Amino acid sequence: MISSQTAPLIETKNLHTYYDDSHILRGVSIVLKPGETLGLMGRNGMGKTTLIRTIMGLVRPRSGTVHVGGRDMTREAAFRIAQQGISYVPEGRGIFASLSVRENLAISGRAGIDGATTWTLPLILELFPRLAERLANRGDQLSGGEQQMLAIGRALMSNPRVLILDEATEGLAPLIRDEIWKTVRLVRDAGIATLLVDKTVSEVTAIADRVVILVKGEVAFEGSPAALKADPAILHRHLGV
Amino acid sequence: MSGFLSQLLNGLQYGLLLFLIASGLTLIFGVLGIINLAHGSLFMIGAYLAFLVTKATGSLWFALPVGIGAGLVIGAVLERVLFRYFYDREHLDQVLVTFALILIFEEMRSLVVGNDFYSVPVPAALDFSIPITAGFSYAAYRFFVIGACLVLAAALITWIERTNMGAVIRAAAEKPEMVDILGLDARRVHLTVFAVGTALAVTAGGLAAPLTSVYPNMGDGMLIISFVVVVIGGLGSVSGAFFAALLIGLIDTLGKAYGQAFAGSGLGNIIAACASMAVYILMVIVLLFRPAGLFGRRA
Repeated sequence: MISSQTAPLIETKNLHTYYDDSHILRGVSIVLKPGETLGLMGRNGMGKTTLIRTIMGLVRPRSGTVHVGGRDMTREAAFRIAQQGISYVPEGRGIFASLSVRENLAISGRAGIDGATTWTLPLILELFPRLAERLANRGDQLSGGEQQMLAIGRALMSNPRVLILDEATEGLAPLIRDEIWKTVRLVRDAGIATLLVDKTVSEVTAIADRVVILVKGEVAFEGSPAALKADPAILHRHLGV
Repeated sequence: MSGFLSQLLNGLQYGLLLFLIASGLTLIFGVLGIINLAHGSLFMIGAYLAFLVTKATGSLWFALPVGIGAGLVIGAVLERVLFRYFYDREHLDQVLVTFALILIFEEMRSLVVGNDFYSVPVPAALDFSIPITAGFSYAAYRFFVIGACLVLAAALITWIERTNMGAVIRAAAEKPEMVDILGLDARRVHLTVFAVGTALAVTAGGLAAPLTSVYPNMGDGMLIISFVVVVIGGLGSVSGAFFAALLIGLIDTLGKAYGQAFAGSGLGNIIAACASMAVYILMVIVLLFRPAGLFGRRA
């Protein structure tokens, strides 16, 4: 019996996921430990988003298991997995266009699964002052960067144990990117485990404790950022840098 | 002049009743993705329920709260035992099951009450007319219907636009998967929306019963005109449905009242015909040029 204190927050074992006949994930096993920042890398179409969607219960794996905090959540509904303290910011952000900024934030406000109430509306607005100026605006009136801040702020409002960011900096201006990276560090320092999907090798290797590279639905590399940087061949072959 | 005022009030009252039906239709479509053809039958059930309760108790005052309560229960039961299993099915399956419900509800109505027309008496307290001008007075019960509909509309729009639950409902109508991702239990939202939408239609039937009398298939016409409201208001938009319902109520009532005045000459006959189908012409124009609806924001 693993105690919930030391159990991995997310553990996938030998996941096989298909979209119709396409075999997307081919036996993916990853672990995210409490407080850890895991960088998930790989080129487009290698299965990163499918892995996240499988973890979140949005796609059913054909075989393999997903454990959250030691509990088998493989066939559970997505909202129950989220209620286990997993906050997922999808690529494209998923902002509700017809809701105001305040409503977008309030909608996911709740105490964490451990009862934590660290992240509140005032704290989120302190973190992203730009959102404070736009509370009454509709979601679709925000710039891309503001939407990304709103998406991360909304994810934190549920006081999660795990934050999953899928391409959070893609397509943003450099200054906004810096602000997102600053937030990712702050989240890490607050003790929230993070699963980070991003193509910016320099930033991911600077922040992550470990890096996993997916190639054609399989784990092609798993190790420390130092080990990755020490092997330019891997970087070149799998990430094209 | 007083005739025009009377038609204006009739149009307002008709539009507000339409809103009670169309708001449920648009909410259920927006949040659950289901086009509920049986929504008109719920209006019919409300009217017959009002007839039966009024006959048993002697007053519509008992029938209206019974209608609201029964509507919530009927809606919740339908969602739990039937509609829940059709959210992920094809539109054809959904249409077939709601069409089957129309047949089932009408058959049940025939078995329980028969196929005759019945009238429902206006409550004694409202059985008088209020003088507006020297030569014109307007039925107090019709004012009551206008007031009751406005109260219900205000409550509904406040609930949808101003509360946290309302925000979740709008969110679920826009991006259902994201609501799941945020850890919100969408099943609770589905149940609530279906129950409230059903209760509104049943209540509308109860309010309308003394005005229209009660007869078989009385929900069919209301269903069709409610779809016009939903299309013009923008699918899934409650506030859009409100303005569209008022617009349709007024155009339909005034068109039918005054269109006939033109009949006689060739051109006059065409104008008269167009006036009586003005709302459908409006719907076609909206579909051509603003397919998201006059008041809808979503593309």
